[in-house]
Amino acid sequence: MVAGITVEHIRDLLSKVLDPEVPALSIVDLGILRDVSLENSVFEISITPTFTGCPAMKVIEEDIVEILHHEGINNFKIKTVLAPAWTTDWMSPEGKKKLKEYGIAPPSQSTEEHLKAMLSGRKKSVQCPFCNSLNTKLTSAFGSTACKALHFCNECHQPFEEFKCH
Amino acid sequence: MITKTLTPEHALFEYCLRLGDTALIMGQRISEWCGHAPYLEEDIAMSNMALDYIGQARIILSYAGQIEGKNRDEDTLAYRRDSTEYRNLLIVEQPNENFAFTITKQFIVSVYNFHLFSLLQKSSDPQIAAYAAKSLKEVAYHFRHSADWVLRLGDGTPESHNKIQEAVNDLWYYVDDLFQTDEVEELLLKNGVAADLREVKLKWTETVAEKFKTATLEIPQVNNFMRMGSRTGNHTEHLGYILAEMQFLPRAYPDAKW
Repeated sequence: MVAGITVEHIRDLLSKVLDPEVPALSIVDLGILRDVSLENSVFEISITPTFTGCPAMKVIEEDIVEILHHEGINNFKIKTVLAPAWTTDWMSPEGKKKLKEYGIAPPSQSTEEHLKAMLSGRKKSVQCPFCNSLNTKLTSAFGSTACKALHFCNECHQPFEEFKCH
Repeated sequence: MITKTLTPEHALFEYCLRLGDTALIMGQRISEWCGHAPYLEEDIAMSNMALDYIGQARIILSYAGQIEGKNRDEDTLAYRRDSTEYRNLLIVEQPNENFAFTITKQFIVSVYNFHLFSLLQKSSDPQIAAYAAKSLKEVAYHFRHSADWVLRLGDGTPESHNKIQEAVNDLWYYVDDLFQTDEVEELLLKNGVAADLREVKLKWTETVAEKFKTATLEIPQVNNFMRMGSRTGNHTEHLGYILAEMQFLPRAYPDAKW
């Protein structure tokens, strides 16, 4: 145990843990880190899964352990929380900006709008992260990871990924 | 088996098994398409959906284990129960057959899940509510995927139309099983834990009718026979074969660790 470590220190350290599948974003940008608290000299770190079957959760946990052990911090435990359920509504504006710069279209609708559109079958075209055109088409609603869909831009002729509304 | 006096804990355990086993067997069946789907994007879609379902099963079976309090975690529940102890809907254990058959099965189940989880988000049990809210967003994608295909195949070529209409006719025998109520459902409905299946049925019927109409598909008129039994573990012959494959490794090497 290292003396003088505070909840803020832990938060700072964890903001360096990146999502292994979207390495442009940290677990803080994505809202995966829900809470850090201190009780009886043990830090409790709460994280929440993005998608139920997301295989990155295991890697994220291991990365948290590694980064804290590296700083000599051993007095912590990691807890997975489900409620409230993670949503892309929590993604910070900074996170969305970073995602776009990385070449992934950020989620463009709120979860509520999205669910309504899904049931009615309405489809909204997604803005191309490279040339900002709305003249794009969905090539596959399921992509390389559970959180992404595949699109194609008819203007700049680039395929691109979208972080799905969730 | 349902005990003589049904306690709220036992009812909740049963209810979680119904949700969890349905997700698990659905996921296991869809994963059979991995490497076999008609083209690459569809292969990825199938594998993604299988992953969603198995993720959902893991969450709710883990909760079932906690409620039961007999030291069974989600893996023990998945790998060490026999078919009569499984509570999945009969429709999800049906073989994939052809692509139209698989899509129809997924469509029927996705519409059901969409309406069921929409209601369960307001469950008085915070774990069930969180599970439903989380799963609903994944199910919305499953729904859109299968609804798009129902339209393409139904309103496609004469061959695709016939194949999907045949699938609808064959799978219709398992539809009533989705909405069967029993004392577990009734007790939990009273406590505000479960969703009202009568309401789910109304919404399900409306959505299916609407999508079938656009896809030029007929709703079968089956009045004489409906296959039921998921609530009591009376399965069709197909479940045993899935379990044999799924459970082989952990049963052959019970102490194996990742």
